[in-house]
Amino acid sequence: MNRWILPTTAAAALVVAGGFAWTTYFSGGDLSECTAGAVAGGAIGGPFTLMDETGREVTDADVITKPTLVYFGYTFCPDVCPIDTQRTGLAIDLLEEQGYDVGSLFISVDPDRDTPEVLANYTDNFHERMVGLTGTREQIDAAARAYKVAYTIGDQSDEYYLVDHTVQTYLMTPEEGFIDFFRRETSAEDMAARTACVIDALS
Amino acid sequence: MKKLALLMALAAAPAVAQDYTLGDLTIAHPMSFPSAGMTGAGYLAITNTGDVTDRLLAVTADFPRVELHESSMDEDGMMRMEQQDFIEIAAGDTVVLQPGGLHVMFMGLSDPLEVGAEIPATLQFENAGEIDVVFQVEDRPAEGETIDHGEMDHD
Ligand SMILES: [Cu+2]
Repeated sequence: MNRWILPTTAAAALVVAGGFAWTTYFSGGDLSECTAGAVAGGAIGGPFTLMDETGREVTDADVITKPTLVYFGYTFCPDVCPIDTQRTGLAIDLLEEQGYDVGSLFISVDPDRDTPEVLANYTDNFHERMVGLTGTREQIDAAARAYKVAYTIGDQSDEYYLVDHTVQTYLMTPEEGFIDFFRRETSAEDMAARTACVIDALS
Repeated sequence: MKKLALLMALAAAPAVAQDYTLGDLTIAHPMSFPSAGMTGAGYLAITNTGDVTDRLLAVTADFPRVELHESSMDEDGMMRMEQQDFIEIAAGDTVVLQPGGLHVMFMGLSDPLEVGAEIPATLQFENAGEIDVVFQVEDRPAEGETIDHGEMDHD
């Protein structure tokens, strides 16, 4: 078994799963009323270089140009990933109805199977503006490390190998970086409401 | 809790087209969702009205591989799918295969599963034997983890 658990897993689990209140003030406004979970500005996110659905190399600055919901998953995941991803697509639609323009990224943790073409097809099922990102194993490791995402790729001698991965969705903005995260139990309505609150507080 | 809710739903449910009976087993509403990648997931509910435990041992269908899986999340927030050797249905019990938990994993799809498609499959049980069923590919519900195995308002 190929272990790709990142050394930050334990720390990420504390920050992400702990759920302790950590009020953070941003220059733009007080976000403490918007965010239900732990919010630690700067602890999550950062620079990455990946490949978009067209095969073009992109950086975080290229793909996070507005408030953006970021999820790490893989397209061979038919059970859980589509639920989470569809929820995010619905949240984006709800936000759009209220006049908020929010992007979303689906970053693959399975680069060997998730080519740009496969990802383009996958994300189109959930939202036309959802962007899939892949890259080399090194690029994805770097992005996962930055986002405190852990994943484990199963035995790749089996072509139908499975990948374990964390399933939070992160709310990022170009200026502030990490704002908040959403557990998979979070509904599209809650996701949209908390995101809208953040955008209002920052504007 | 989940089980109770389902049982109540089943009790209150109108007759659903795709229910099957095999000995003491009732198999409710085999279904799947449109696929987005090269895999799909099948869901259903199995009720054992008999006096002895039975086990779902395997599902066969026209895909390169079909496995019994369970999705679960550990305390570190890692989501994983694990192959199950069998799925046990205790006497008097109902076991629900639904998103985020137990599922039939269809692997190596050559064509996407579209809404309205039918997936013929065979369920193999330890005691009850085999039965042919059809998984209906249905639209994803707008939201939520629960599928209505039996509480469909399809009427
Ligand atoms: Cu599975």
